[in-house]
Amino acid sequence: MKWNRKIGWTLLALPVWYLLYSNLQRFADGLVGLFPGLSAGAPLTEALRFFVFEFPKVLLLLVLIIFFVGIVRSFFTPERTRKALEGKNTFVGNVMAAMLGIVTPFCSCSAIPLFLGFVESGVPLGITFSFLIAAPMINEVAVVLLYGMFGWNTVLIYISTGLVIAIVAGWIIGRLRLEKWVEEWVYATHFEKGETEDEKISFSQRIEMGLTAVREIVSKVWLYVALGIAVGAGVHGYVPAEFMASLMGKDVWYAVPLSVLIGVPLYSNAAGIVPIVSVLIEKGAALGTALAFMMSVIALSLPEMIILKKVLKLPLILTFAAIVATGIMLVGFLFNFIM
Amino acid sequence: MKIQVLGTGCAKCKSLEKAVREVVAQNGIDAEVTKVEDIMEIMKFNVMSTPALVVDGKVVVKGRVPSNDELKQILTNKIFLI
Repeated sequence: MKWNRKIGWTLLALPVWYLLYSNLQRFADGLVGLFPGLSAGAPLTEALRFFVFEFPKVLLLLVLIIFFVGIVRSFFTPERTRKALEGKNTFVGNVMAAMLGIVTPFCSCSAIPLFLGFVESGVPLGITFSFLIAAPMINEVAVVLLYGMFGWNTVLIYISTGLVIAIVAGWIIGRLRLEKWVEEWVYATHFEKGETEDEKISFSQRIEMGLTAVREIVSKVWLYVALGIAVGAGVHGYVPAEFMASLMGKDVWYAVPLSVLIGVPLYSNAAGIVPIVSVLIEKGAALGTALAFMMSVIALSLPEMIILKKVLKLPLILTFAAIVATGIMLVGFLFNFIM
Repeated sequence: MKIQVLGTGCAKCKSLEKAVREVVAQNGIDAEVTKVEDIMEIMKFNVMSTPALVVDGKVVVKGRVPSNDELKQILTNKIFLI
Protein backbone atom coordinates (compact mmCIF):
# COMPACT_ATOMS: atom_id res chain seq x y z
CA MET A 1 0.00 0.00 0.00
CA LYS A 2 2.67 2.38 1.08
CA TRP A 3 4.75 1.56 -1.99
CA ASN A 4 1.87 2.13 -4.36
CA ARG A 5 1.28 5.54 -2.90
CA LYS A 6 4.88 6.35 -3.59
CA ILE A 7 4.55 5.40 -7.24
CA GLY A 8 1.40 7.56 -7.45
CA TRP A 9 3.12 10.61 -6.05
CA THR A 10 6.10 10.13 -8.32
CA LEU A 11 3.88 9.93 -11.41
CA LEU A 12 2.07 13.05 -10.29
CA ALA A 13 5.38 14.85 -9.85
CA LEU A 14 6.25 14.51 -13.55
CA PRO A 15 3.64 16.95 -14.95
CA VAL A 16 4.37 19.33 -12.08
CA TRP A 17 8.03 19.18 -13.03
CA TYR A 18 7.16 19.97 -16.65
CA LEU A 19 4.99 22.94 -15.67
CA LEU A 20 7.74 24.38 -13.50
CA TYR A 21 10.42 23.82 -16.11
CA SER A 22 8.48 25.34 -18.98
CA ASN A 23 7.59 28.45 -17.01
CA LEU A 24 11.01 29.20 -15.56
CA GLN A 25 11.79 32.17 -17.76
CA ARG A 26 8.48 33.82 -16.90
CA PHE A 27 9.10 33.11 -13.24
CA ALA A 28 12.63 34.53 -13.36
CA ASP A 29 11.53 37.68 -15.21
CA GLY A 30 8.63 38.13 -12.81
CA LEU A 31 10.86 37.79 -9.79
CA VAL A 32 13.39 40.28 -11.11
CA GLY A 33 10.56 42.60 -12.09
CA LEU A 34 9.33 42.70 -8.49
CA PHE A 35 12.22 44.97 -7.63
CA PRO A 36 11.58 48.36 -9.22
CA GLY A 37 15.17 49.48 -8.57
CA LEU A 38 16.54 46.97 -11.05
CA SER A 39 16.50 48.42 -14.52
CA ALA A 40 16.68 46.00 -17.41
CA GLY A 41 20.10 45.85 -19.05
CA ALA A 42 22.09 46.97 -16.00
CA PRO A 43 24.87 44.50 -15.09
CA LEU A 44 23.39 43.71 -11.64
CA THR A 45 19.92 43.06 -13.08
CA GLU A 46 21.29 40.76 -15.74
CA ALA A 47 23.47 38.89 -13.23
CA LEU A 48 20.43 38.35 -10.99
CA ARG A 49 18.23 37.32 -13.88
CA PHE A 50 20.92 34.83 -14.93
CA PHE A 51 21.02 33.30 -11.45
CA VAL A 52 17.28 33.05 -10.75
CA PHE A 53 16.83 31.39 -14.12
CA GLU A 54 19.87 29.11 -14.25
CA PHE A 55 19.87 27.80 -10.71
CA PRO A 56 16.32 26.38 -10.62
CA LYS A 57 16.75 25.16 -14.19
CA VAL A 58 19.86 23.13 -13.37
CA LEU A 59 18.30 21.89 -10.14
CA LEU A 60 15.17 20.67 -11.94
CA LEU A 61 17.25 18.95 -14.61
CA LEU A 62 19.39 17.31 -11.94
CA VAL A 63 16.37 15.93 -10.11
CA LEU A 64 14.81 14.49 -13.26
CA ILE A 65 17.93 12.96 -14.78
CA ILE A 66 19.34 11.56 -11.53
CA PHE A 67 15.96 9.98 -10.83
CA PHE A 68 15.93 8.15 -14.16
CA VAL A 69 19.62 7.28 -13.98
CA GLY A 70 18.95 5.86 -10.50
CA ILE A 71 16.22 3.62 -11.92
CA VAL A 72 18.36 2.52 -14.86
CA ARG A 73 21.23 1.74 -12.50
CA SER A 74 19.00 -0.49 -10.38
CA PHE A 75 19.10 -2.92 -13.31
CA PHE A 76 22.88 -3.04 -13.37
CA THR A 77 24.93 -4.50 -10.56
CA PRO A 78 28.71 -4.96 -10.45
CA GLU A 79 28.06 -8.71 -10.30
CA ARG A 80 26.08 -8.70 -13.54
CA THR A 81 28.64 -6.46 -15.20
CA ARG A 82 31.42 -8.79 -14.16
CA LYS A 83 29.56 -11.74 -15.55
CA ALA A 84 29.10 -9.95 -18.85
CA LEU A 85 32.81 -9.19 -19.04
CA GLU A 86 34.16 -12.59 -18.07
CA GLY A 87 36.05 -14.27 -20.85
CA LYS A 88 35.56 -11.38 -23.28
CA ASN A 89 38.45 -10.82 -25.61
CA THR A 90 40.17 -7.49 -25.86
CA PHE A 91 38.62 -4.63 -27.72
CA VAL A 92 35.06 -5.99 -27.66
CA GLY A 93 35.59 -6.38 -23.93
CA ASN A 94 37.03 -2.88 -23.65
CA VAL A 95 34.07 -1.39 -25.50
CA MET A 96 31.58 -3.24 -23.32
CA ALA A 97 33.46 -2.39 -20.12
CA ALA A 98 33.53 1.31 -20.92
CA MET A 99 29.80 1.38 -21.69
CA LEU A 100 28.91 -0.65 -18.62
CA GLY A 101 31.10 1.75 -16.64
CA ILE A 102 28.55 4.49 -17.36
CA VAL A 103 25.50 2.61 -16.10
CA THR A 104 26.87 0.41 -13.31
CA PRO A 105 26.58 2.05 -9.91
CA PHE A 106 30.08 2.95 -8.80
CA CYS A 107 31.63 4.96 -6.06
CA SER A 108 35.36 5.44 -5.72
CA CYS A 109 35.19 3.98 -2.21
CA SER A 110 34.33 0.57 -3.64
CA ALA A 111 36.98 0.73 -6.37
CA ILE A 112 39.12 -1.85 -4.55
CA PRO A 113 36.51 -4.56 -3.97
CA LEU A 114 35.39 -4.02 -7.53
CA PHE A 115 38.90 -4.27 -8.93
CA LEU A 116 39.58 -7.44 -6.93
CA GLY A 117 36.24 -8.94 -7.86
CA PHE A 118 36.85 -8.33 -11.57
CA VAL A 119 40.47 -9.47 -11.73
CA GLU A 120 39.92 -12.52 -9.51
CA SER A 121 37.15 -13.83 -11.70
CA GLY A 122 39.28 -13.57 -14.81
CA VAL A 123 38.29 -10.26 -16.34
CA PRO A 124 41.52 -9.12 -18.09
CA LEU A 125 43.40 -6.20 -16.58
CA GLY A 126 42.94 -3.89 -19.57
CA ILE A 127 39.18 -4.48 -19.64
CA THR A 128 38.97 -3.82 -15.90
CA PHE A 129 40.75 -0.53 -16.53
CA SER A 130 38.34 0.48 -19.29
CA PHE A 131 35.60 0.11 -16.69
CA LEU A 132 37.52 1.95 -13.98
CA ILE A 133 38.27 4.87 -16.30
CA ALA A 134 34.77 5.26 -17.75
CA ALA A 135 32.91 4.94 -14.45
CA PRO A 136 34.07 8.19 -12.84
CA MET A 137 34.82 10.07 -16.08
CA ILE A 138 31.31 9.91 -17.50
CA ASN A 139 29.20 11.31 -14.77
CA GLU A 140 25.48 12.04 -14.79
CA VAL A 141 25.83 15.32 -12.91
CA ALA A 142 28.28 16.53 -15.55
CA VAL A 143 25.85 15.44 -18.26
CA VAL A 144 23.05 17.51 -16.71
CA LEU A 145 25.20 20.57 -16.21
CA LEU A 146 26.75 20.43 -19.67
CA TYR A 147 23.30 20.05 -21.19
CA GLY A 148 21.93 22.93 -19.15
CA MET A 149 24.77 25.25 -20.05
CA PHE A 150 25.82 24.23 -23.55
CA GLY A 151 23.18 21.90 -24.98
CA TRP A 152 23.17 18.38 -26.41
CA ASN A 153 26.14 18.81 -28.75
CA THR A 154 28.52 19.26 -25.88
CA VAL A 155 26.99 16.35 -23.97
CA LEU A 156 27.53 14.08 -26.98
CA ILE A 157 31.11 15.26 -27.36
CA TYR A 158 31.70 14.64 -23.67
CA ILE A 159 30.21 11.13 -23.58
CA SER A 160 31.70 9.92 -26.85
CA THR A 161 35.22 11.20 -26.20
CA GLY A 162 35.07 9.87 -22.63
CA LEU A 163 34.14 6.45 -24.00
CA VAL A 164 36.90 6.51 -26.59
CA ILE A 165 39.50 7.42 -23.96
CA ALA A 166 38.33 4.63 -21.64
CA ILE A 167 38.30 2.06 -24.46
CA VAL A 168 41.68 2.97 -25.94
CA ALA A 169 43.46 3.50 -22.61
CA GLY A 170 42.21 0.14 -21.32
CA TRP A 171 43.17 -1.53 -24.58
CA ILE A 172 46.71 -0.10 -24.39
CA ILE A 173 47.11 -1.18 -20.76
CA GLY A 174 45.96 -4.66 -21.79
CA ARG A 175 48.42 -4.80 -24.70
CA LEU A 176 51.33 -3.67 -22.53
CA ARG A 177 50.78 -6.72 -20.30
CA LEU A 178 51.22 -4.86 -17.06
CA GLU A 179 49.98 -7.66 -14.79
CA LYS A 180 53.47 -7.71 -13.27
CA TRP A 181 52.72 -4.31 -11.75
CA VAL A 182 49.67 -5.53 -9.90
CA GLU A 183 50.45 -6.40 -6.27
CA GLU A 184 51.39 -10.10 -6.15
CA TRP A 185 48.80 -11.03 -3.54
CA VAL A 186 45.97 -10.03 -5.87
CA TYR A 187 46.65 -12.96 -8.19
CA ALA A 188 47.96 -15.21 -5.42
CA THR A 189 44.86 -15.24 -3.27
CA HIS A 190 41.72 -16.92 -4.42
CA PHE A 191 38.45 -16.08 -2.93
CA GLU A 192 35.67 -18.52 -2.78
CA LYS A 193 33.48 -17.75 -5.73
CA GLY A 194 30.07 -18.77 -4.60
CA GLU A 195 27.31 -18.05 -7.05
CA THR A 196 25.53 -15.05 -5.66
CA GLU A 197 21.99 -14.67 -6.72
CA ASP A 198 20.67 -11.32 -7.77
CA GLU A 199 18.64 -9.40 -5.32
CA LYS A 200 15.02 -9.53 -6.37
CA ILE A 201 13.92 -5.95 -6.68
CA SER A 202 10.35 -4.87 -7.27
CA PHE A 203 9.43 -1.92 -9.46
CA SER A 204 8.46 0.19 -6.47
CA GLN A 205 11.86 -0.50 -4.96
CA ARG A 206 13.47 0.74 -8.16
CA ILE A 207 11.49 3.96 -7.91
CA GLU A 208 12.60 4.17 -4.30
CA MET A 209 16.21 3.76 -5.45
CA GLY A 210 15.74 6.57 -7.97
CA LEU A 211 14.36 8.83 -5.26
CA THR A 212 17.19 7.89 -2.91
CA ALA A 213 19.75 8.75 -5.59
CA VAL A 214 18.07 12.14 -6.08
CA ARG A 215 18.10 12.85 -2.35
CA GLU A 216 21.71 11.77 -1.92
CA ILE A 217 23.19 13.53 -4.91
CA VAL A 218 21.16 16.72 -4.84
CA SER A 219 21.77 17.27 -1.13
CA LYS A 220 25.48 16.83 -1.82
CA VAL A 221 25.84 19.04 -4.88
CA TRP A 222 23.23 21.82 -4.71
CA LEU A 223 25.55 24.17 -2.86
CA TYR A 224 28.34 23.73 -5.42
CA VAL A 225 25.86 24.31 -8.20
CA ALA A 226 24.60 27.48 -6.51
CA LEU A 227 28.12 28.78 -5.91
CA GLY A 228 29.25 27.89 -9.41
CA ILE A 229 26.28 29.63 -11.01
CA ALA A 230 26.64 32.63 -8.68
CA VAL A 231 30.26 33.02 -9.75
CA GLY A 232 29.09 32.52 -13.31
CA ALA A 233 26.40 35.20 -12.89
CA GLY A 234 28.90 37.64 -11.42
CA VAL A 235 31.47 37.07 -14.11
CA HIS A 236 28.68 37.18 -16.71
CA GLY A 237 27.96 40.81 -15.90
CA TYR A 238 31.31 42.19 -14.86
CA VAL A 239 34.33 40.51 -16.43
CA PRO A 240 35.29 41.54 -19.97
CA ALA A 241 34.33 38.93 -22.52
CA GLU A 242 37.76 38.13 -23.90
CA PHE A 243 39.46 37.98 -20.52
CA MET A 244 40.44 34.29 -20.76
CA ALA A 245 41.23 34.32 -24.46
CA SER A 246 44.90 35.17 -24.00
CA LEU A 247 45.32 32.47 -21.34
CA MET A 248 43.15 29.59 -22.54
CA GLY A 249 42.21 30.63 -26.06
CA LYS A 250 42.47 28.53 -29.17
CA ASP A 251 45.82 29.93 -30.20
CA VAL A 252 47.55 29.14 -26.92
CA TRP A 253 48.76 25.63 -27.76
CA TYR A 254 50.28 24.89 -24.34
CA ALA A 255 47.00 25.71 -22.57
CA VAL A 256 45.72 22.16 -23.14
CA PRO A 257 48.61 20.23 -21.53
CA LEU A 258 48.86 22.85 -18.81
CA SER A 259 45.13 22.58 -17.98
CA VAL A 260 45.42 18.80 -17.80
CA LEU A 261 48.52 18.96 -15.58
CA ILE A 262 46.72 21.32 -13.23
CA GLY A 263 43.52 19.28 -13.37
CA VAL A 264 44.91 15.80 -12.66
CA PRO A 265 45.80 16.22 -8.96
CA LEU A 266 42.75 18.42 -8.35
CA TYR A 267 39.74 16.66 -7.02
CA SER A 268 36.28 18.09 -7.26
CA ASN A 269 32.89 16.76 -8.10
CA ALA A 270 31.37 17.57 -11.45
CA ALA A 271 28.87 19.92 -9.83
CA GLY A 272 31.62 22.28 -8.77
CA ILE A 273 33.70 22.14 -11.90
CA VAL A 274 31.18 22.48 -14.74
CA PRO A 275 29.88 25.96 -13.82
CA ILE A 276 33.49 27.15 -13.61
CA VAL A 277 34.21 25.62 -17.00
CA SER A 278 31.20 27.40 -18.45
CA VAL A 279 32.52 30.71 -17.12
CA LEU A 280 35.96 30.01 -18.63
CA ILE A 281 34.36 29.34 -22.01
CA GLU A 282 32.13 32.39 -21.86
CA LYS A 283 35.16 34.55 -21.23
CA GLY A 284 37.10 33.29 -24.20
CA ALA A 285 38.64 29.94 -23.22
CA ALA A 286 38.56 27.41 -26.06
CA LEU A 287 36.01 24.57 -25.68
CA GLY A 288 38.65 21.84 -26.08
CA THR A 289 40.89 23.36 -23.43
CA ALA A 290 38.04 23.80 -20.98
CA LEU A 291 36.69 20.27 -21.58
CA ALA A 292 40.17 18.81 -21.11
CA PHE A 293 40.48 20.64 -17.82
CA MET A 294 37.09 19.36 -16.65
CA MET A 295 37.77 15.76 -17.66
CA SER A 296 41.14 15.66 -15.98
CA VAL A 297 39.64 16.98 -12.76
CA ILE A 298 36.83 14.43 -12.57
CA ALA A 299 38.49 11.39 -14.18
CA LEU A 300 41.83 11.39 -12.41
CA SER A 301 42.37 12.38 -8.84
CA LEU A 302 44.99 11.96 -6.17
CA PRO A 303 42.64 10.34 -3.61
CA GLU A 304 41.60 7.70 -6.14
CA MET A 305 45.21 6.87 -6.96
CA ILE A 306 46.03 6.53 -3.27
CA ILE A 307 43.15 4.07 -2.91
CA LEU A 308 44.36 2.11 -5.95
CA LYS A 309 47.88 1.97 -4.48
CA LYS A 310 46.63 -0.88 -2.27
CA VAL A 311 46.33 -3.18 -5.26
CA LEU A 312 48.54 -1.61 -7.93
CA LYS A 313 52.25 -0.85 -7.90
CA LEU A 314 53.36 2.70 -8.52
CA PRO A 315 54.57 2.21 -12.12
CA LEU A 316 51.12 0.92 -13.12
CA ILE A 317 49.36 3.85 -11.45
CA LEU A 318 51.68 6.28 -13.21
CA THR A 319 51.22 4.52 -16.57
CA PHE A 320 47.45 4.57 -16.11
CA ALA A 321 47.47 8.28 -15.22
CA ALA A 322 49.82 9.11 -18.10
CA ILE A 323 47.74 7.23 -20.70
CA VAL A 324 44.46 8.78 -19.56
CA ALA A 325 45.99 12.27 -19.31
CA THR A 326 47.41 11.91 -22.83
CA GLY A 327 44.00 10.83 -24.10
CA ILE A 328 42.36 13.85 -22.51
CA MET A 329 44.97 16.16 -24.04
CA LEU A 330 44.40 14.70 -27.49
CA VAL A 331 40.66 15.30 -27.07
CA GLY A 332 41.39 18.89 -26.07
CA PHE A 333 43.60 19.49 -29.10
CA LEU A 334 41.09 17.81 -31.41
CA PHE A 335 38.25 20.06 -30.32
CA ASN A 336 40.29 23.19 -30.45
CA PHE A 337 41.25 22.18 -33.96
CA ILE A 338 37.79 21.39 -35.35
CA MET A 339 35.59 23.91 -33.54
CA MET B 1 21.87 -13.60 15.53
CA LYS B 2 25.14 -12.36 14.11
CA ILE B 3 25.00 -9.19 12.03
CA GLN B 4 28.00 -7.93 10.09
CA VAL B 5 28.23 -4.65 8.21
CA LEU B 6 30.82 -4.80 5.43
CA GLY B 7 32.39 -1.56 4.36
CA THR B 8 35.76 0.04 3.84
CA GLY B 9 34.88 3.24 5.63
CA CYS B 10 32.90 5.25 3.12
CA ALA B 11 30.08 7.52 4.19
CA LYS B 12 27.35 5.08 3.13
CA CYS B 13 29.01 2.27 5.08
CA LYS B 14 28.89 4.33 8.23
CA SER B 15 25.26 5.24 7.74
CA LEU B 16 24.36 1.57 7.23
CA GLU B 17 26.12 0.59 10.45
CA LYS B 18 24.34 3.38 12.31
CA ALA B 19 20.95 2.40 10.90
CA VAL B 20 21.46 -1.27 11.74
CA ARG B 21 22.41 -0.46 15.32
CA GLU B 22 19.36 1.79 15.63
CA VAL B 23 16.96 -0.82 14.31
CA VAL B 24 18.46 -3.52 16.53
CA ALA B 25 18.18 -1.33 19.62
CA GLN B 26 14.67 -0.05 18.87
CA ASN B 27 13.20 -3.47 18.27
CA GLY B 28 15.05 -5.30 20.98
CA ILE B 29 16.60 -7.70 18.49
CA ASP B 30 19.01 -10.11 20.08
CA ALA B 31 22.01 -9.63 17.84
CA GLU B 32 25.68 -8.92 17.85
CA VAL B 33 26.56 -6.18 15.37
CA THR B 34 30.11 -5.93 14.05
CA LYS B 35 31.72 -3.86 11.34
CA VAL B 36 34.07 -5.57 8.90
CA GLU B 37 36.55 -3.14 7.37
CA ASP B 38 39.34 -5.43 6.22
CA ILE B 39 39.19 -5.74 2.46
CA MET B 40 40.30 -9.39 2.46
CA GLU B 41 37.53 -10.27 4.88
CA ILE B 42 35.01 -8.38 2.74
CA MET B 43 36.14 -10.19 -0.40
CA LYS B 44 35.50 -13.53 1.30
CA PHE B 45 31.80 -12.70 1.09
CA ASN B 46 32.16 -12.22 -2.65
CA VAL B 47 30.84 -8.69 -2.37
CA MET B 48 31.90 -6.04 -4.90
CA SER B 49 29.77 -3.13 -3.88
CA THR B 50 29.95 -1.83 -0.35
CA PRO B 51 28.23 -1.35 2.01
CA ALA B 52 26.81 -4.82 2.48
CA LEU B 53 24.81 -6.42 5.26
CA VAL B 54 25.50 -9.97 6.35
CA VAL B 55 23.16 -11.86 8.67
CA ASP B 56 24.40 -15.15 10.07
CA GLY B 57 26.98 -15.44 7.34
CA LYS B 58 24.56 -14.69 4.51
CA VAL B 59 24.76 -11.53 2.38
CA VAL B 60 21.31 -9.95 2.44
CA VAL B 61 21.91 -6.45 1.12
CA LYS B 62 24.72 -5.03 -0.97
CA GLY B 63 25.65 -1.72 -2.48
CA ARG B 64 22.89 0.30 -0.88
CA VAL B 65 21.53 1.53 2.41
CA PRO B 66 17.96 0.29 2.93
CA SER B 67 15.46 2.39 4.85
CA ASN B 68 15.01 1.68 8.56
CA ASP B 69 11.62 0.09 7.78
CA GLU B 70 13.17 -2.31 5.32
CA LEU B 71 16.00 -3.11 7.72
CA LYS B 72 13.48 -3.88 10.42
CA GLN B 73 11.70 -6.26 8.07
CA ILE B 74 14.94 -7.95 7.09
CA LEU B 75 16.14 -8.34 10.64
CA THR B 76 12.88 -9.34 12.31
CA ASN B 77 11.22 -11.54 9.71
CA LYS B 78 14.49 -12.67 8.24
CA ILE B 79 13.04 -12.23 4.78
CA PHE B 80 16.18 -12.66 2.80
CA LEU B 81 16.27 -10.55 -0.28
CA ILE B 82 19.08 -12.53 -1.79
